[in-house]
Amino acid sequence: MLEVTQLHLWRGDRHLLKGLGFSLEPGQLLQLLWPNGTGKTSLLRCLAGFTHAEEGEIRWQGRPVREDRDEFHWQLAYLGHENSLKDDLSAPENLRFACALRTHLKEAQLRARLDMVGLGSIDPHLPVRNFSAGQKRRVALARLSLWNARLWLLDEPATNLDAAGQAVLASLLQEHLAAGGMAVVATHRPIDLPGAHSRYWHLPGDTLQ
Amino acid sequence: MSSRPSALAAAVAVLERDLVLAARRPGEWLQPLGFFVLVTVLFPLALDPEPTRLRELAPAALWVSLLLASLLALEFLFREDARDGTLEQFALSGQSFTALLLAKTATHWILTGLPMVVAGPFAVLALGAPATAIPGVLLAVLLGSVTLSLIGAIGAGLTLGTRRGGALLSLLVLPLVMPVLVFGARATARAIAGDEMAEAILLLGSLGVLSLTLAPLAAAAAVRISME
Repeated sequence: MLEVTQLHLWRGDRHLLKGLGFSLEPGQLLQLLWPNGTGKTSLLRCLAGFTHAEEGEIRWQGRPVREDRDEFHWQLAYLGHENSLKDDLSAPENLRFACALRTHLKEAQLRARLDMVGLGSIDPHLPVRNFSAGQKRRVALARLSLWNARLWLLDEPATNLDAAGQAVLASLLQEHLAAGGMAVVATHRPIDLPGAHSRYWHLPGDTLQ
Repeated sequence: MSSRPSALAAAVAVLERDLVLAARRPGEWLQPLGFFVLVTVLFPLALDPEPTRLRELAPAALWVSLLLASLLALEFLFREDARDGTLEQFALSGQSFTALLLAKTATHWILTGLPMVVAGPFAVLALGAPATAIPGVLLAVLLGSVTLSLIGAIGAGLTLGTRRGGALLSLLVLPLVMPVLVFGARATARAIAGDEMAEAILLLGSLGVLSLTLAPLAAAAAVRISME
């Protein structure tokens, strides 16, 4: 369970987040639909631990994340604006490396995931530099789902994805939530997930339904 | 949920990946080596080809070109991984960020420092030093280049956030590595003259140990700041 209380965040002179609070239970998806420039990315980066909030507390499984940052990070998967892929490596090589830091990956799992995100028919030796922007994002989504992380923090995950790609994203999210995972997703278009416990947050000042 | 790989396994994975990447893009790490070899080869051409004069200048030529070549290589250390977001994923991997960056620094040394360790003795031979100087020069360059990479990593981390970090990087790193230049050149001069060189080597060694202990922590902190 993720709990955020009284979070204050400044970017330079701007008081971006003023006493924000929410909590997220297993199986829940929080969609941040705030307008541009109101701090979606800043909030996600603060949750991930890149920046420190001036005030407030973030608790994971009942304990402040400061206490065991490595454990929290291991249970967390962050996908930002960058796909964090190496252009000179192929898709399987990228995934193998990204997983070597976090989990013990089986080759069959990797194949199955590449099939699921719709990249199964691509030459496994082709460097990612030759992929389209949408295909790169799909590789990043495959990585996300291979990490077994409990909490997903996604910043505009649907960028560059076509309709089929967005369906892949939706089914990955659904699978993640069904397994008791949690997700905070910053997006300008609500993601429709039938059957999932989705909460929508339209303005940072709003109270959360 | 599966278990977390050990820090060592993660560091080895980083090392392997960087070697694979380097093999696919050899230009980046061959450039500093080329610079190093060129400078030491051109030196005798520009000077009097008088062996005693060359021999006297050999330590200075060797260490100045080594220092500049390693600065040249430093720019590539973290830049690509910072640009494509890989460093952010390192920071969130649940592994020790310091260990992962140390693994990157080690790979960087294998690619840019080690070739210079191999080329160093040849360079001093070309500058007229006797063959008996080879073991001493080899040892001095080995210790010196490790220290240069470790201290350089701090500078590379600190300049990540700046758009054109090259000049700033030199300004930051050069004062810190002056002891390496001084003791390295001194050790080399003694090796060429056939004198006792234990003191200079011990000093170089202690600089190496000191930077191995502290520099990775400082480099990791510097890179973290650039991600805020």
